[in-house]
Amino acid sequence: MELLEAIILSVLAASTPLLIAATGELVTERSGVLNLGVEGMMIVGAACGFGGAWLSGSIIVGSLCGIIAGVLMSLIFAAMTLGLAVNQVATGLALTILGIGISGLIGAGFVGERITPAPHLYIPGLTDLPFAGHILFGEDAFVYLSLALLIGVWLFLYRTRAGLVLRAAGDNHVSAHALGYPVLRIRLYAVMFGGACAGLAGAYLPLAYTPFFIPGMTAGRGWIALALVVFASWRPGRLIIGAYLFGAVTILQLHAQAFSLGIPSQFMSSLPYLATVIVLVLISRARTGGSTAPAALGTVFVPDR
Amino acid sequence: MRKILIAATAVMVTAGASLFGASAADKLKVGFIYLGPVGDFGWTYQHEVARQALAKEFGDKIETTYLENVSEGPDSERSIEQLVRAGNQLIFTTSFGYMDPTLKVAKKYPNVHFEHATGFKHDKNMGIYNGRFYEGRYIQGIIAGKMSKAGVLGYIASFPIPEVIMGINATMLGAQTVNPNIKVKIIWANTWFDPGKEADAAKALLDQGADVIMQHTDSPAAMQIASERGKLAFGQDSDMIKFGPKTQLTSIIDNWAPYYISRVKAELDGKWETDNGWDGLKAKMVVMAPYTNMPDDVKKMAMDTEAAIIAGKLFPFKCPIVDQEGKTVECKGGDHLDDGQVLGMNFYVKGIDDKIPGK
Repeated sequence: MELLEAIILSVLAASTPLLIAATGELVTERSGVLNLGVEGMMIVGAACGFGGAWLSGSIIVGSLCGIIAGVLMSLIFAAMTLGLAVNQVATGLALTILGIGISGLIGAGFVGERITPAPHLYIPGLTDLPFAGHILFGEDAFVYLSLALLIGVWLFLYRTRAGLVLRAAGDNHVSAHALGYPVLRIRLYAVMFGGACAGLAGAYLPLAYTPFFIPGMTAGRGWIALALVVFASWRPGRLIIGAYLFGAVTILQLHAQAFSLGIPSQFMSSLPYLATVIVLVLISRARTGGSTAPAALGTVFVPDR
Repeated sequence: MRKILIAATAVMVTAGASLFGASAADKLKVGFIYLGPVGDFGWTYQHEVARQALAKEFGDKIETTYLENVSEGPDSERSIEQLVRAGNQLIFTTSFGYMDPTLKVAKKYPNVHFEHATGFKHDKNMGIYNGRFYEGRYIQGIIAGKMSKAGVLGYIASFPIPEVIMGINATMLGAQTVNPNIKVKIIWANTWFDPGKEADAAKALLDQGADVIMQHTDSPAAMQIASERGKLAFGQDSDMIKFGPKTQLTSIIDNWAPYYISRVKAELDGKWETDNGWDGLKAKMVVMAPYTNMPDDVKKMAMDTEAAIIAGKLFPFKCPIVDQEGKTVECKGGDHLDDGQVLGMNFYVKGIDDKIPGK
């Protein structure tokens, strides 16, 4: 029982950066913009987030620095794709390469430094509850924040007028434009939100997960966040299943190895990705009224004046 | 892609410097090719520390250049060749995967001298060097065997290659001398570097009852986790004490500086000759970080073992060695396994309840 609790705690922590980054990208994509630069925005968020926390001694300042860095990165993307109508795929890939370079430059000054990681919550009485106490009340604040963020996004997309307009811009930008909605401005906000989330997700790594900065420490998590959005077929509800499933397989394969079950580790390491592929196939086969990709995803929009 | 870009930029800088740096022609130019970023706090970082020591030792007499983030394989050939064209007379290529590209460039430029780390091919103008890190692992095994209350060690491995397997075996052989029933739990991360994954692996090992963590991956993440949980751990490649002041028992430090200094000196004196060096504690290529967070008797045991290995009285792979199936391994080196057997090691010793992946 204790082991199970420990595993669940690890899974929650491992899934959190994926969930935050994927939530942001989901909003971006629902507005019709495909930003492949999540990895780049994340790693810059990690460098700036660590830098901020290290200089100020505050996790909150660090998180804000990460968010701002992510937004700034996304503004570069927005200027190119929305302002100059450049191809989104190419720009997104360039953003990732740029981000990895910039983060190394920013981070060079504090490689090898360490900070006190974000504290785990402790609510007397509740956190000490057997089994569920630590899971529900004893993780770091980011874990619960990521869930609140996702619920907020769900409410926004499906329960507000602004969310409806954002989805309309992503499905048919010509009609949305004809109805008088500022498609480019909506997309700008969506891209910035995506950048903010990616920056926060990146900052989570050095602030809470492994409290130091090393170049390249996101190690591909941005790409997994992108895959999760597809996995979730652009729906927030499925996103949470996907993120926790991915986190669970990642952690469980490590435990299976430590139990020496005799399954080749190379196969175990590939399991999370294999699970993603299988679920994608199942979803596409059983598509009964499920939402597909936003119809205008990845297409540039130049308003006729 | 990033590696290519950085390599290309660095190459351009080097090439540019060579055009304008004609006045420096009387200086010996020494070049380095690095696998990772100099700030990885592991493998590449230690090579960079040695390069800086070199620059300090010889001052104005030499000029050093490095290219970082050079990916292994064909890409590296171009980078090595650029260092040659920039006038570097002695070039250190510091990762296993540069072996064939280095050899190719070496054949093309017989008057330039090359030094390749951790490989097995050499030529008259290409020497090789490597560290006997397993000697340090053996000492760590003894410490771990003494310090583990649960009798269970946690080992984060990278890839199932002989270099890593010999480390696991040396650890267990050391640990068994003080605790014959010692167990090891092994997790293969299938990466050299992913701090998040290394941290997850450390958590999994601790959750399953291991209380001493050791690793063959490069970041200080596992040390950090052990420190959070109040357990013990060993560092890797560099002294990681600041990531776990109350956690680190010791660390195997890759100390390339003495070797680099001796080779550059030979080059300056015109006495450079190809070599095939595999040096350990004795030549100080492998150095143990201070023994910390352990009682004095364990500390003394570790120091005695270190002294015995240095004196050539103790061989970590001394015969008889029994493998997992209970078969005694043929002893080609007299009273210990010979270097060829160690370098090609692909079996676990008795006492490891696990299988080598893919075997």
